[in-house]
Formats: sequence, C-alpha cells, structure tokens
Amino acid sequence: MRTCWESFEAYGLRALGRDYGERLLPRGLDITFCDQVFLIGSGLMWNIYFAGLAIAIGFGLAVGVAMARFSQNPWLSRPASGFIFVFRGSPLFIQFFFFYAAFVLLPRSGIDIPLGFVTLTVDTSALTTAQVGGLFVLVLNTTAYSAELFHGALQSIPKGDLEAADAYGMQGWTKFRRVIFPNMLRLSWPSYTNEAIFLTHSTTLVFLSAFPARQQVGEAFYYARYFVDQTFNPFVAYPLVAAYFVALTLLIVAGYGLVGRRLNRHLPQARRPRFRFRPQYIR
Amino acid sequence: MFSFCSDPSVLEGFDWFACYLTSATHLNFYWAFLLVLVLLAVTAPAALGMGMLGALALRARFLPLVAFGKVYVNIVRGVPDIVFFLFVPIALGQGLEWMLHQARCPDWTEPIRQGTDFLVCPEAKLPPNGSPQWMYTAYSFGMAVLAFAMVFGAFVANTLHGAMQAVPRAQVETAEAYGMSRRQAFRRVVLPQMWVYALPGLSNIWQILIKATPLLFLLGLQDIVYWARELGGQKTSLFSYPHPDWRMWYFLALLVLYLFLTWISERVFAWLGRRLSHGQATAAGERLRKAGA
Repeated sequence: MRTCWESFEAYGLRALGRDYGERLLPRGLDITFCDQVFLIGSGLMWNIYFAGLAIAIGFGLAVGVAMARFSQNPWLSRPASGFIFVFRGSPLFIQFFFFYAAFVLLPRSGIDIPLGFVTLTVDTSALTTAQVGGLFVLVLNTTAYSAELFHGALQSIPKGDLEAADAYGMQGWTKFRRVIFPNMLRLSWPSYTNEAIFLTHSTTLVFLSAFPARQQVGEAFYYARYFVDQTFNPFVAYPLVAAYFVALTLLIVAGYGLVGRRLNRHLPQARRPRFRFRPQYIR
Repeated sequence: MFSFCSDPSVLEGFDWFACYLTSATHLNFYWAFLLVLVLLAVTAPAALGMGMLGALALRARFLPLVAFGKVYVNIVRGVPDIVFFLFVPIALGQGLEWMLHQARCPDWTEPIRQGTDFLVCPEAKLPPNGSPQWMYTAYSFGMAVLAFAMVFGAFVANTLHGAMQAVPRAQVETAEAYGMSRRQAFRRVVLPQMWVYALPGLSNIWQILIKATPLLFLLGLQDIVYWARELGGQKTSLFSYPHPDWRMWYFLALLVLYLFLTWISERVFAWLGRRLSHGQATAAGERLRKAGA
C-alpha cells in the first residue's frame, strides 16, 4: 500500500499528463483513499482552466452580443437573439457532441486561407482536443447565457442615469464606458455570479461527452467516474468530487462578492442588488 | 420498409435516402425519441409530486419534518447535478440489493464488499437473475426516473414553497375568519392560487428538465445520443448503406429537436401564464381585467 505522501507524489499533478507522476492510474484493489483525494484534486486544475478561460473570453464577447441584441438595428439584434436562442435552447451536452463531430471533419493538415501575397495556414488539429475544442464550446455557451443576463441588465439601467449622461453631453464610447457599462455590470452581477458557478459545474461535462481524455488526462469528475468504475463503490469518489465543487463554489461566491461590493460602493446599503444562490446546473 | 429497398446497393439519390432513413436501426433511433418524451412525461409528474411533498415538509409545523425538507432541498441543490445523476442510480441500486440481502439471506456470512466487488446473495439480485432483457432496461430506466425526480423534486419544492408564501396573506386570514381550519384554508385558498406564482419557476425547471434528458446516455440507456453516435459513425462498404462520418448531421438534428422542444414549451407556458392570471391580484391579472372590460 502507498502512503499518503507517495500518493501525492504519484498523482498530485497527474492531470497534467503522464510525464508528471505515475504513468498508469491506480487500478482495482490498489486504490487507496489518498489516491482518490489527490487524483480528483489534480483533475480540478482543468475545471479551473476551462471555467477561468471560458468566463474571461466569454465576458468580452457577451458584452458585445448583449449590446448587439439591445441595438435598434435589426441587422445586429436579430443575429444576436438567434445566437442566444440556439445556445440557451439546446443542451450543452449535445453541443459538445455536435462541435466535436464537426471538428473531426475539418482537414487534419489545417485550412489554407489565401491572403493574396501570403497564405495563412490555420491549424485545426488542436480543435479536436478537449483543451481547445471543449473550451471553444464552453466559450460560446457562456457567451450566450451571459449575454442574456447583460441584455436584461441593459434594459433596466435607470433612466435618470442615461438622462444625466446626456445632460453632460456624453456620447458614444464615453457614455458607454462611464454610464452604461458600469450600470449594466452592477445590475447583472448577482445573476452573473450564478452563471459563473453553473459554468464551473458544467465543465464536468467536457470529458463525459465527445471529447477524448488523451493519456487519461481529465478533469475532476472524469477521475471520480474512473474510480467508481474501478471500485464499484460510489460512496467515496462522488462525495469527494462534490466536496471539491462545493469548495470551488464558495471561492467563486467570495471572489465575485468582492467585485460586487466594489461595483456598488457608491450606493447606500439598501439599494445594492443582493446575490442569491440559485443553483440549477444543467444547461 | 418500402418494397424497392430489398437491394440497397443499386439505389440512388432520393430512393437511397428513403430506404436508409427507414432502415431497422433508424426505426430504433425514432423509438428513442419516444423514450425522451416518455421520460419527460413520467418525470414531470414525479418531480412535481416530490416537490409538493418537499414544499409541504418545509411548511409543516413539526420540526423534524421541516429539518428533513431543508436538508433534502439544500443538499440536492448544493451538489452538482451530474454527480447526482450518476450517484443516485448506483447508490440506490446497491442500497436496495443490500436491504433485500438482509431480508432474504440472514445467514450469509461473507462480507458484501469484497475488494472491488459488491456481492449479495443470488436471491437479492435486482432485477432477479435470469430476467429477460427488457426487465434490465426497465430497471435502469426506472432508476433514471428516480434520479431525475429526486433532483428536480428539490428544485420544484423550493419553487412551490416560495409560491405558497406568495399567496396574499390577507386571503388566508379571511379564510380563517370564516372559520376554515388550516387544512381547509390551504386546500381552498392557497392551493388553487399558488400556481400563478409558481409558474415562472416551474417553466424554468421544465426547460432545464428538457435539456437534462440527453444525460440518459450516461446511464447506459440506448437513447437518442447513443443512436446518433451509432448511426452517424462512418460505415464501410460492409454495411448495406455505406456512408462517411455523418455524426455532425445527426447531432445537428438533435440540436434542432431540442430547440423545437424548448421553443414550443416557451409558447405553452406563456399561454398557461395568461390563463392562470385571470382574476388574480397581480399586475398581469389586472391588465387582463382592463383589457376585457
């Protein structure tokens, strides 16, 4: 039997690849409790990777899509509404399958884009890996969900604030940067916190669906499932992964709470929008 | 299916597709769509029932019952659902087998968990040894329904509890002033009126339930995702209908199906909301009254 320290050395970084720690995962009777703690814990870094990058990229895109949806111009608002409808109306699980099947069909050697004087070769083989392709799907998905939240917030920006901006002669970019954007963010922040939590939880779907876990590199839930398959005992690995996710959720709530406080620092206590935990994970 | 399908290798164009899309495996695929609808039809009332029980427990005046309701709602809502969907069927299956084992084989001395095996005596196996294949399918489908009902029951319990609280307090007090008991007031005043407050929450949960149905695939059932993968994969000339990798198109079809389902239920819930708002003391009800007058 391994000691806990040996398990940590063997599996603490295993999710990075088979060069980091043991090549093979523990099997059958050889599995100790510490193995489960550390291997599942090491998988958590991919959950953080997927969630962190998807939220960071999706945030910028979502602001754009929300502004497009809010615009008076039907050429902007129609496609934006369509995009939001498609990604919010269908299961993320199926989206993963669809995009993986589509990425597999892309030519493996890359796509040549002739730009006249030089030909640009776009490498497409990375898209069939979870780390790039899965992230791509997650970004599109969170963009749609966040854009819907931001759009709702844009609609409820206080009229007085907009009139005050007009009175100061603000226009275009200045008005957006100084009045619209901060208000939108402030109003949508409680629900955006929930969105970040759901997204983090739905990163468990990446390796469950189409994308392959090469070299048995996966996220926390992938390893939990591996252990349940090996030991046929769901009462250790699943509660462990649940506990990890509860801890991650608490971290997100705390971090977003700090930002929310800053966004609302000019308001009296009673008028600050409150965060309410509304967990409905499946998307 | 059609008479001209007897030799697929000579077919071309439209005929080929007509035969291909009606082959025996494709009929299985279409039956799997029915499975999704059956799952929705069975799970929705089950979750509503669980939710109603949960909401009643949260409202009860008996403290342990309230505590039980709170623990149920908060645990299920606080843990990622995917974990629950995979955990409940295995845990419940092992739990049932363990109970049967205790009841039917009291003199079995060997431990149940031997290393990586979960061994109960043959009489305690579920479904019983030698059952036909459909029993196994029905058993895993039943487990899936239970898992769905547990998870969504907790969501529904929360929504219904909020809706019960939202019925104007004055109306309940009026009912009590007329001499109705607590139970009568609940049945005659709260229960008929709470739905208009519950509807937005329930509609949201229904949409989530629709989008959760492909998770059946993870429980090993031959559902639409399974068949889409099977049928879409590349078929060599060994098969009657050879074709390249068409999985993308199959999943596109599933995507469109789900979009259609969510779109149509949005419509239905909007209609239902208008119906339920009739004569209610809410803004929507007031608008309907003015429009009618």
